[in-house]
Amino acid sequence: MIIMKKVYKKYPNGVVASNGINIEIKRGEFVFVVGPSGAGKSTFIKMMYREEVPTSGDIIIDDINLATLRNSQVPYLRRKVGVVFQDFKLLPKLNVYENIAFALEVIEESPEQIRKKVNDVLGLVGLTHKSRMFPNELSGGEQQRVSIARSIVNTPKVVIADEPTGNLDPAISWEIMEMLERINARGTTIVMATHNKEIVNTMKHRVIAIEGGLITRDEVGGGYGYES
Amino acid sequence: MAMKARTFRRHLRESFKSLDRNRWMTLASVSAVTVTLLLVGVFIVLMMNLNKVADDIEKDVEIKVLIDLAADESAVSVLEQKIIETNGVESIQFISNAEELEKMIKGYGDELGLYKQDNPLRHVFYVKASNPQQTATIAKEIGLYDDAYKVIYGEGKIEKLFKVLNTGRNVGLVLIVALFFTAMFLISNTIRITIVARGREIEIMKLVGATRNFVRIPFLFEGMWLGILGAILPMLIMTITYFNLYEFLEPKLEGEFLQLLSVTPFIYQLNGLLLFMGLFIGVWGSFISVQKFIKA
Repeated sequence: MIIMKKVYKKYPNGVVASNGINIEIKRGEFVFVVGPSGAGKSTFIKMMYREEVPTSGDIIIDDINLATLRNSQVPYLRRKVGVVFQDFKLLPKLNVYENIAFALEVIEESPEQIRKKVNDVLGLVGLTHKSRMFPNELSGGEQQRVSIARSIVNTPKVVIADEPTGNLDPAISWEIMEMLERINARGTTIVMATHNKEIVNTMKHRVIAIEGGLITRDEVGGGYGYES
Repeated sequence: MAMKARTFRRHLRESFKSLDRNRWMTLASVSAVTVTLLLVGVFIVLMMNLNKVADDIEKDVEIKVLIDLAADESAVSVLEQKIIETNGVESIQFISNAEELEKMIKGYGDELGLYKQDNPLRHVFYVKASNPQQTATIAKEIGLYDDAYKVIYGEGKIEKLFKVLNTGRNVGLVLIVALFFTAMFLISNTIRITIVARGREIEIMKLVGATRNFVRIPFLFEGMWLGILGAILPMLIMTITYFNLYEFLEPKLEGEFLQLLSVTPFIYQLNGLLLFMGLFIGVWGSFISVQKFIKA
């Protein structure tokens, strides 16, 4: 599903964020990406949805090589990869329904399909009753649920989550994790960068630890491994 | 890939919604377009009318060819034919010395009627150049013909006049072009600010897989609406003002060589130009602004 081969990334300021990473993530896996700040986690995540391009090496997602992907093809990759952010990245002037529907309008889905899929996914994240509310009228947890709903509404094969619980209190964080777990159970691959020790230690999924742009640990059912 | 009609409608709808969602930005952009186009409009009215006056003055310039007293009827015909065939001559009019005298009597009084017995004047040709600026050249050439006793065309004076008129026209043109670019800069800058404020929106659109065109097109429509909305008021103001100004001034200028451009088709042309400028600058301003975010 996701293959990285000798991925090297050096920024113009000389910082090496990825120093020859090799990794393979199988379809349907749930993977935590951990490591101290500045270790290269964000670059690792951003390269997966081609927000960053590797300096050398290959990144293959669902048979598409992101390293050689033309810019004009990037939108089509992003339709296969749902992304969830720490800061939710919702459009403040669109309501909940419109924020989610937006991801389907982009792929020119028919209005009937949009209505059906958005309503389905609103049910899945438990926000049907708040579909007409705007992001600033929602709690942080609810906003993250909208963000997750948007990321899965066109049934992507992979969901990449960059610190999705970073801005949320523990109880809400667990709600979000349960939601991601349910999405994973439907066969969607999930790659999640996190600093949340408790979540990683409790959920017992595969853990990839990155330090200094290198993978220092890759264990199934592993723990967080750092002092948080 | 051709865009689906549904998507096209969506972009149109989105552009309207966006104008409403970003009301203050819309107001700021439309005001900038309005003020700038109003300035452009006023300036164009002034320049075009000055140009008209300059044209009228130029058209009044003519060459007076005094015919040799010794020239008989056939010699006059030969001269006439030669003048007609001269490069750049638009029209020629023969006035006999009797008619010339009549004109003078009308202008200076009956005392000149004494000369009717023994008319000292010569027959003349009044010649107009198709391009008034060539008057001097044509006059000099005619002066060389047989039986052209003397050629009068305001030598020295018309060269100065043309110089003044040409300088006026050139200054006007430079000012209009400068104003056009200022307008482009002002309007596109305002639109850019409205789009910069929505950089996050564009970022999110890209993250969920929107193609460049999908991101760009609603903004281009929006720019177009901003330009059109901004042009409406200047068009109305210019139409009403020019119409009233024309109605007010035209009777006063009757008989003078000074005349304003008639309301039609000038006001249609002006409105068309203002609308086009608003539309073009709106779309162009949006395009370059959104382009920066698309590439980022």
